[in-house]
Amino acid sequence: MTTTERPQCVEHVDREPRDRDELAAAIAHDIPAGSYVNLGIGQPTLVADHLRPESGVVLHTENGMLGMGRAASPAEVDPDLINAGKVPVTETLGASYFHHADSFAMMRGGHLDVCVLGAFQVSERGDLANWHTGAPDAIPAVGGAMDLAIGAKRVFVMMNLFAKDGAAKLVPECTYPLTGLRCVRRVYTDYATFDVDPESGVRVCETFGISVAELASRMSIELR
Amino acid sequence: MTRTAICDTAAEAVAGIPDGATVLVGGFGMAGMPTTLIDALIEQGATELTIVSNNAGNGDTGLAALLAVGRVRKVICSFPRQSDSYVFDGLYRDGKVALEVVPQGNLAERMRAAGAGIGAFFCPTGVGTPLAEGKELRTIDGRDYVLEFPIRGDVALIGAHIGDRAGNLVYRKTARNFGPVMATAAALTIAEVSRVVDPGEIDPENVVTPGIFVDRILEVS
Repeated sequence: MTTTERPQCVEHVDREPRDRDELAAAIAHDIPAGSYVNLGIGQPTLVADHLRPESGVVLHTENGMLGMGRAASPAEVDPDLINAGKVPVTETLGASYFHHADSFAMMRGGHLDVCVLGAFQVSERGDLANWHTGAPDAIPAVGGAMDLAIGAKRVFVMMNLFAKDGAAKLVPECTYPLTGLRCVRRVYTDYATFDVDPESGVRVCETFGISVAELASRMSIELR
Repeated sequence: MTRTAICDTAAEAVAGIPDGATVLVGGFGMAGMPTTLIDALIEQGATELTIVSNNAGNGDTGLAALLAVGRVRKVICSFPRQSDSYVFDGLYRDGKVALEVVPQGNLAERMRAAGAGIGAFFCPTGVGTPLAEGKELRTIDGRDYVLEFPIRGDVALIGAHIGDRAGNLVYRKTARNFGPVMATAAALTIAEVSRVVDPGEIDPENVVTPGIFVDRILEVS
């Protein structure tokens, strides 16, 4: 019987927290070559800019396409070719189109390797809240968020660690309405990257511009 | 000739849609949105409609225009709130339109189920969330699922690229989106296409929606 040695946490204290591009580059680096990947609307779309073509990563967009390319230039805009954020995009060689039931079968059937989503909150067990603030006057809109959360083999979250009021968004229990239960495996933030395990909780993998001790003092969950 | 009617006018294409109908409307944003058929439906006058579509209208055209003239009682969709959904937003805040929010995959699969004669299905999406409240849950092989029921349309209005006189359709790029699913899920399926061709001009290997699912086709330029 062998034991797996747990990787050590790496602290990068003498620097600024990661900016959005650094965060996107870190996520792109961690996506295995050849993966089928869905990038959520908003910040996660930046990850595409850091994927190397030779990695063979294929991007899925839930409105019905595999092999999505970069955003279209003004001359390339085709109203029939858009991504899930309704932004005009391009196709890559080997791209394919399909209808919505097939597109969501790719998620719900567990065929997608990775999805990267934004979040309002993630719980220490990996519960995700990213579709609704719960505000009484908000118009609820869910799109494909719940299907992605439970469908992809691995769910990565990309977000700022602290909300504008300073509260950490990685929390003991989500207070916002949930998107999915125990679905998030990794959380990439400006200050740190975390592994999340539904059984054993949260482990800090790497910090940026903050020590683990200070991180722990600003969060209300136990960090392994 | 086949049963599919090639319509000469938009009015003919939407004739007979009754008040209170459930209308499936294709499109994701404006891609695949059958705007000519929706404009004709506004002219035609049917009201108290239930609209099933991914979004609840963009800008002032298409679905937004139908909402603006007060013909819609209820919207079933996955993503009503967008930067340009001001027509829906106003009606919703004034209590003039009901909303059922459905996860996008459930929206597609519930219509697929309707079209395929499936009575209901257990699905993992939404377990533990507000959108599963009040629904039957079941654990199958250790995983939790929610019971979801079909969404059946009286009418489907869809946009496609090319249709032939046998009713077969092909789509273009991501404008395909809900079209093929909605075509199967409604009692009356009406497609607007940019070109109508003779049978045989679409390679049978490339047909996406077979003519059995399509009742009327309107060519729009």
